[in-house]
Amino acid sequence: MGKGKVKLVEGGLRHDGRRLDELRPITISVGVLKNANGSALVEYGRTKVLAAVYGPREPQMKHILLPNRAVIRCRYHMASFSTYERKSPTLSRREIELSKVIREALEPVIISELYPRTSIDVFIEVINADGGTRTASVTAASLALAEAGIPMKGLVAGVAVGKIDGYLALDIDEVEDMYGEADMPVAIAPSLRQITLLQLNGVLTPGEFTQALELARKGVEVIHEMQKEALKKKYLDVKVEE
Amino acid sequence: MSVTPSAEFLIPKLKSDVIISMLGRGVRPNGRKVDEVRPITVIKNYIPNADSSVLVKLGNTQVLTGIKLEVGSPFPDTPSEGNLMVNAEFVPTASPVFEPGPPDENAIELSRVVDRGIREARAVDLSKLVIIPGKKVWNIWVDIYVLDHDGNLTDASSIGALAALMLTKLPEVEVRDTGEIVVDRNNRKEQPLLNRSVVTVTIGKIGNYVLVDPDLEEESLLDSKFSVAVTDDGLIAGLQKSGMGYLAEDELPLLVNMALNKGKEILSIVKALLKDS
Repeated sequence: MGKGKVKLVEGGLRHDGRRLDELRPITISVGVLKNANGSALVEYGRTKVLAAVYGPREPQMKHILLPNRAVIRCRYHMASFSTYERKSPTLSRREIELSKVIREALEPVIISELYPRTSIDVFIEVINADGGTRTASVTAASLALAEAGIPMKGLVAGVAVGKIDGYLALDIDEVEDMYGEADMPVAIAPSLRQITLLQLNGVLTPGEFTQALELARKGVEVIHEMQKEALKKKYLDVKVEE
Repeated sequence: MSVTPSAEFLIPKLKSDVIISMLGRGVRPNGRKVDEVRPITVIKNYIPNADSSVLVKLGNTQVLTGIKLEVGSPFPDTPSEGNLMVNAEFVPTASPVFEPGPPDENAIELSRVVDRGIREARAVDLSKLVIIPGKKVWNIWVDIYVLDHDGNLTDASSIGALAALMLTKLPEVEVRDTGEIVVDRNNRKEQPLLNRSVVTVTIGKIGNYVLVDPDLEEESLLDSKFSVAVTDDGLIAGLQKSGMGYLAEDELPLLVNMALNKGKEILSIVKALLKDS
């Protein structure tokens, strides 16, 4: 919501010193959990998200199974200490919506027909929230799926574009989201040129929307390269014991 | 937790083949053009006990929206603003696949998409809802009840919320010296509550084909849906992709333009419907 109380862009730079088209420092680690079939820890600046994938496996509740494909179960959850003020650990309406939106961001790339009558479970824990948690979640979940060996048509990566002080800005953080005019989270499978998540909270002109999408696409491409690097690193860094 | 749904509404293969082959020729079995919205009817003030209400029919989809105004306290972080809450209930009368119980992820998503459009477009100026600054404000409850489901609940609900807000006028209030607030619902302010109109337009995608305002049969074939909140001055006030499919990068400008045009059309239809009758 644009309150206009905080100066977000000054001399072409943002409150944390970034340029408008600059991502926050991103770190990606794959295979961070022992028990999960696949896992990833993704950080966009101070935003820190953990994703774990279990499956394909037989679920506890058999009635959800589908005869022709695997079902995807997805939960986006924020840890109670992840926000400025403590968040109740029970699922909020926002978390219920985001669980759906994130599942639907992953559905198009997962080749679920290969595992009928099973469930592929994607569990996302936001450890620290500083804006862009849903897009970091998609980036992390897609890596966790890949590490779990689940056949996919491509990786998905997410990033949010915002409008702050009238300028479009890449990868907005919490302050920019709170005081800016618009927040548009986007997830793209770059190798397929498919947009699998697209939301907008705020007001944009049609022209700004086109520009914002282009900015998001550029950001996603950078993150996509980092995803591939992180996966490669996991498998190339094998130490041979003598 | 969000789980891949099973197909809730199945249509015969023959029928789905017909729908898809007709879309290839730019027509629909229901006689509509691909960018044609179903007839909209609005019955005003359907619920005497609500502060305002509308029964909206979008084709055979029926949605009842009621607004209740309550005096409440502002949130600590917005002391000089009232509050707007949108909630949607998919009541089991509406469809054989709706079960009684708290709103599921579809109802929650719908209400949040409608809410975001209204909120971000500043359709209601929340700062005009203050009764005693920092202490007492108006809470606006917009409750959407889906009564009969024949597809595109999002747009029917969005039209319902808009029309109900257009009819809403704040009651006169008297603040006594004791701090007591007396609400007179029989006398209402002349100034309508709504200061900007916004409505969502939902476009369905089946393969490479797009269609506006999908009905239930068409919805059962959709790969994905794309809802655009459109303001009366032609701005985008919200977006939501939903469904199992994707949006192709190069088709987005077309989808957005289609939605902007349709949004303008729907807004003028709703305004005209509320003016007469």
